[in-house]
Amino acid sequence: MRVVRLLAYGWLFQMKMLMRSSFNSWLGILYPIFFATVAFFMFRSGSDSKPLLYASLGASVMGIWSNTSTTAGSAMARERWHGTLELQVAAPVHFGLILLPVTIAMATIGIYSMVATLLWGWLAFGIDLHVTDPLAFVLAIPATVISIGALGFVLAVAFVRFRQAWALGNMLEYPVWLIAGFLVPLSLFPAWVRPISWVLAPTWGIRAIRGAALTGASYGDIGMALLLGCAYIAIGILLVHRALYAARRKGTLALT
Amino acid sequence: MTSLRVFFVGGLISYRALFGWLNPWVYIPSFLVAPLFQILLFVYIGRSAQLQSDAFYVIGNGLQYAAIPCLFAMANTIAGERYQQTLGYILITPAPRLPLFLGRALPVAGNGFFVSLFALAVGGAIVGIHVPTSAYAPIVLVTAVCCFSCTGLGLINAAVGLVARETAVASNMLFGALLIVSGANVPVHDLPRWLQAISSVVPLTHGIDAARRLASGEPLSNVGGLVATEAVIGVVYATLGYAMLRGTEAFSRRSATLERA
Repeated sequence: MRVVRLLAYGWLFQMKMLMRSSFNSWLGILYPIFFATVAFFMFRSGSDSKPLLYASLGASVMGIWSNTSTTAGSAMARERWHGTLELQVAAPVHFGLILLPVTIAMATIGIYSMVATLLWGWLAFGIDLHVTDPLAFVLAIPATVISIGALGFVLAVAFVRFRQAWALGNMLEYPVWLIAGFLVPLSLFPAWVRPISWVLAPTWGIRAIRGAALTGASYGDIGMALLLGCAYIAIGILLVHRALYAARRKGTLALT
Repeated sequence: MTSLRVFFVGGLISYRALFGWLNPWVYIPSFLVAPLFQILLFVYIGRSAQLQSDAFYVIGNGLQYAAIPCLFAMANTIAGERYQQTLGYILITPAPRLPLFLGRALPVAGNGFFVSLFALAVGGAIVGIHVPTSAYAPIVLVTAVCCFSCTGLGLINAAVGLVARETAVASNMLFGALLIVSGANVPVHDLPRWLQAISSVVPLTHGIDAARRLASGEPLSNVGGLVATEAVIGVVYATLGYAMLRGTEAFSRRSATLERA
């Protein structure tokens, strides 16, 4: 119960902070819409009869990843700038439990972007959202958010030694948009790319959301997204232990 | 001579001091890797939707990505003075304003030029497009003109940065808008009429069109009008940007808001 309360409050406080930043809120919501608009124009004028809803759903999830990749990469650096990293590390709970809700909150902001993209597609391009399996759709969204937030948790820990972690996180925005199949079917990529896609939670997240909307059978994909999310959390906790131990031993926790 | 020194030396020092992205840990992922993946993203969307050729997206996105260095760097090199607490010292100097502000734009355009050329060359090689050898030099020229015009828009962005805090938000929004209206990924004639009207007066549109024609084998003489239009748009934006910088400078003095934003 204590852990759940810690995660819930951590998520809530981080959400409040993010929503007060125009960079993290308004830009995070609007920036993916520019890319979605380009995709809508492209799919609308293409000779392929691929439904615009396919693109709309993919573009809507792009925002969840965008909101996570850049900000999660620099999550710990930001705590350093705020002067709160040492206090959090010294808190009598595992540091992973403090960092995890931070990155999940970043992914949660992406839900605003998702809604905005679907609304924009509907208002400007007449893309109606038909959901074949509403229950699976409703379950797929939080599963995607949590799994992408968990991936952000791994990034946050992995980039802890880099001062310019935000740039590395930013760099991952396009590659994941591309190889997770948000707008392009995985079958178009070379065979060696697909295993990389399979270990990325966003791949299963978009499959789950798109499946629930278009075909209706996506519970397996939801399960895969959550399973990968759990794996990321486990990896992140192991990494954070090593990173903190190394930082304490070398006295580099306040590296800025 | 003083003006030349302010223009070249001052501009370069300011760029090196204030544009933090010159660090390799930022420069390589942001300026060298990201444009390649932007190119790949749209190439694959184009293949998926069975639209234009790969060359269409390589050239469109390679040139459009110049907006990142040009917009962000211009904002950073001028609005960044505020964060360093040096804006007041800069604006109180008797240095002539034209070389002071425009000198900061030169390294920005130069960096944008390099980033665009890198994206075009490496992106083109990865995707495997064919461009006639005779088109290389004209495309380099068009790239330079595009970066100049985009830096003009960057000057406006920098002027806004003197009175607004979130320059990164403004830069990203302008980049996103250019992605739609510049014709980088969607042919301008496929856009709604009102967007076509905007498209015709923003940087990059004419340059991208010219570069595509050159890559398809047309001689430079055939696209001279497009290149000239792109250059004129750059001059207009640079003039407007300079005027806005002087305006925001005067406004900040009058209303004592220099450090507020």
